[in-house]
Order: sequence, then C-alpha cells, then structure tokens
Amino acid sequence: MPVEIEENIKTKSGNLRTEEMILNMGPQHPSTHGVLRLELQLEGEVITKVIPHIGYLHRCFEKHAEAMTYPQVIPYTDRIDYLASMGNEFGYAVAVEKLLGIEIPERVEYIRVIMAELQRIASHLVALGTYGADIGAFTPFLFCFRDREKILNLFEITCGARLLYNYIWVGGLSHDLHPDFVRLAKEFTSYFKPKIKELNDLLSYNRIFTERTANVGILPVETAINFGVTGPMLRGSGLKWDLRKNDPYSVYNKFDFDIPVGQGLMGTVGDSWDRYFVRVLEMSESLKIIEQALEQLPEGDVTSAIPKRVKPPVGQVYARIENPRGELGYFIISNGTPNPFRVKVRGPSFVNLGVMDELCRGHMVADIITILGSVDIVLGEVDR
Amino acid sequence: MKTIEEIFEILKAKFGDSILELKTDQPVEPFIIADPLEIDKICFFLRDEEGLLFDSLMNLSGVDDANGESKNDESGALNIIGGTLSVYYHIESTKILHKLCLKVSTQRENPEVASVFNVWRHADWQEREAYDLIGIKFLNHPDLRRILMPYDWEAGHPLRKDYKNPEFYQGMKVPY
Repeated sequence: MPVEIEENIKTKSGNLRTEEMILNMGPQHPSTHGVLRLELQLEGEVITKVIPHIGYLHRCFEKHAEAMTYPQVIPYTDRIDYLASMGNEFGYAVAVEKLLGIEIPERVEYIRVIMAELQRIASHLVALGTYGADIGAFTPFLFCFRDREKILNLFEITCGARLLYNYIWVGGLSHDLHPDFVRLAKEFTSYFKPKIKELNDLLSYNRIFTERTANVGILPVETAINFGVTGPMLRGSGLKWDLRKNDPYSVYNKFDFDIPVGQGLMGTVGDSWDRYFVRVLEMSESLKIIEQALEQLPEGDVTSAIPKRVKPPVGQVYARIENPRGELGYFIISNGTPNPFRVKVRGPSFVNLGVMDELCRGHMVADIITILGSVDIVLGEVDR
Repeated sequence: MKTIEEIFEILKAKFGDSILELKTDQPVEPFIIADPLEIDKICFFLRDEEGLLFDSLMNLSGVDDANGESKNDESGALNIIGGTLSVYYHIESTKILHKLCLKVSTQRENPEVASVFNVWRHADWQEREAYDLIGIKFLNHPDLRRILMPYDWEAGHPLRKDYKNPEFYQGMKVPY
C-alpha cells in the first residue's frame, strides 16, 4: 500500500532536517533483467518519482529494416523481444501479408498459432520464474526453466534454433513440422498441465509471496488505458481485452478459450499479484488452444504461398497481434520498392514501462523490484 | 461503431479547415489528414465526444517522407532540402471498438506538431521517440528529451533518410 510521507521527523533534540535523495538503480542490476537505469527520487525510503532511462541496448532496428528487403527483415524481428521471437515474426508476417493482400494456407495458420502459444507459455515461464527469483524464491525459477527447456526442445526439432528462429516467413513457414512434432507436443501438453498446479502450490498462494505482491503497484483500469498499457498488465487491471478475441487475426476465432482477468483475490484489483496470476491462468488457456490446434491440424503445403518477390503496392498498414507482453504492432509504409520505406514497431514492453512512475509513487524502495518484475519487460524490445 | 467517412464528416463539421483530407485511395488503410497545430484539440474531441470515445492511442509514428529535393554533396552523401515530416496516430476505442488513423504533415525545416501528451499519456514516450529519431518538435510536451539515443548525441536524428553517422562521439570512433 502507498505510504504517507512524514514532513518533519521529531526527535528529542528538535526537528530533524529531511531532504530529497536521488538514487540510481541500474544500469547493472539483477532485477532489471537487462540494462535499464531507474533514477529514483526518494523522501526517506518512500519514492516520490521514478525516471526510467532507457536506450542502453538501442540498435535502431527500424533503420536496419529500411536497408533490407521485406523477407530479410524477419531475422531482425527475432531480436526485438528475444523471449517471444515467434510472436515477433508472426506479427511482421501478418503485417506484410495484409499489405500484399495474399491468402495463407490453413496449415500454415495452424502451425503459426501452435508456435505462438508455445512461445507464450515459454515466455510466461521466464516471467513467473524470474519474478519469484526477484522476490527471493529461487526454487520456482528452476522449476519454470526446467519446463521451458521442453518447449525450446520442441522449437529445436522444428527449426534448429532454440531462441531466434527465422521460422515464420512472409506467406508461409521456412519448412514443415518434424514428423514427430505432433506426438511430442501432445506429450508436452499432458506433461505440463499438472505443473501449473505445482507452480501455484509453490509460489502463487505462498504466504510470503502474496504478502510481498498483493496491494503493491495498483494500476486502475482508466490509467492503464490512458497509458496504452496492454497484455497481462491491462487484463490484470480487470479489463477483458485480448486481441485474439477483440481483433482476431489468423485462425484464433476457431478456438475455444477464455480471457483471464485480475479479480483482486489477494488484495486490490490491478495489483502486482493480479498481474502475476493472470500470466499463470493464461498458460492453461494457451494449452487449451494448442490441444485444439493439434487435433484439427490440416494437411497441406506450408511453402506454396511464399511469394518469390515481395514487392507490396504503395500503401501503409498497421497490424497488431497479442504477444506475451501485450499488443505488438507493426506500422509499415511501402513505396512500391522491395525495401520497406518505414517500419515502426510498437513494442509492448516499451509502452508498459512508461507507466512505472505512476505505479511506484508512494511505495518503498524494496517494492520497486516487485513492481518492475510484475511489468515484465524485455529490454531488447524496450530499446529495439 | 462509426466508419471513417462518418468520422470525417463529424470532424469536418466541427473543425472546418483544420481537417484537410480523407485519403482512401491507398490499399489497406484509409486515413484523415489534419492540421499539425490543431491536432491536440482534434484528439481531445475524438476522445471525449459521445459516440466516438477514442480512449486509447495504439501507436504514434514519426515518418521522414523524403519528398523534398535530394542533392548529393561532394562526398556523395545525400542531402534532402524541403519536403515534409509526418506523424501518424493510430487510435481506437476500447468501448465502441472502432479504429482510426490520423496523419499530420509538417515542414522539414521547422517541424512543429502540437503534442497530444495531455490527451493520452501513452504519447509521452512515443513523442519523445519521434523527436529523438526523426527530429519532430512536439509543442507543449513537458519533457521533450532524447529517449533511445544518448542524451548528448549531436549528430542529428537517425531515422531521417539523409542521416550521416558522425566520425566521433565523445572522442570514440564511430563506427568502432
């Protein structure tokens, strides 16, 4: 809960003079998950203002993209949010396909959805595991990484890479699934289902954990919308907003799944615990989608629709998908040449970090780590 | 839920000459072109008016249109004189579920656009990014600093089409 600031501290020898202190947290700090510097203005131990300083990882993806042809941009998109590379490629492919106006074979769409949902689970496992580790619970971190390893193995037999895939291409996929993939993926879903309960027993309802996270960093839903916050953060604040349902892309309208929202089970709606727990619930929803997609997976050729030469007509498009961290948008302007004229990425981490100051004001220094962990940023995407 | 034509008519009736054009001839995405110095008032109206309620800014992107006169100097480097810089606003309503794209264009020599900071706080960092990478000045933005590049970067704005890498940055060779 936010704390009141005491103006004058009285001691036996009279009033104690207080003054504002500035504390730099980062750029090298284990709980910032990368290179982020937070300039904290403190009144005693209470935070009055947080100024994030970003850009330590700035590579200017957008400038690179202007020098590449459309398909050549895809390996660069992998590196935006490096914990959710499949999602980044997916979004870019959707944007360029909209610009080209081409139809995609159904098998491709299904495989894309399976990959994106596996990636969502993998990404949330990192978020939840490191969140526990930030707060002092190290065991869940190891459990989460053990399970994530199994997803990375699935990606490895699909495309050879474990982190940066270059798998989803404009108009199709780089190649078809491994013959064993469906069997292994089904094995994974049945393996993983009980593990969510294990995580809940270990961390979610743990007394120490809930005491640290409930009622900390409360984000009201109006503030969230005004700051452009999306993804599990917005849903944690109680708004049922998921682009997979609200603005369906690909074949998401064919699956049956729910959108979990924060309900304030441990404290207030929109606190850090709600944001954490929405991610836990989302993992089981993703499992539902994967199971349905594996059952319905149609036959077909995955490379037939890949255009030989990608040269969209003059025009512009803003396409967005639901990435694990929120709304990932690509704004692409084409001037009719094989190179994009402008590619702008709306990264959810970049936008979600902007609300840090609102969330932290009035809290103690130790709560910063709780709040930052619940925002779940990836610095590769913040800085691009 | 309103179509872009209906929104254009509503805006035209309210703001007259500040709403310049409705562009629908391009594929995929139609947009409305507005006056860069009036955009904040237009956005306030779009956010608060009953039946529009655009409460969320999805994305704000600065673009170097590179439509001026291109010249190559002695060293062969590109220089662009004249023309425009643009800002695109993609907004939506989480209540009525409609979307809209607005565009403003401003002179390259003195790029000034009214800030929509007070309409959607999301615009805070997005405008700082557009200032940092394209060099568009947002009037009335309370904290218009560089955001991704170093604060003491003196070589201009990297996403301009005629940007040249400097030879040195603070005594360090670029590119190293």
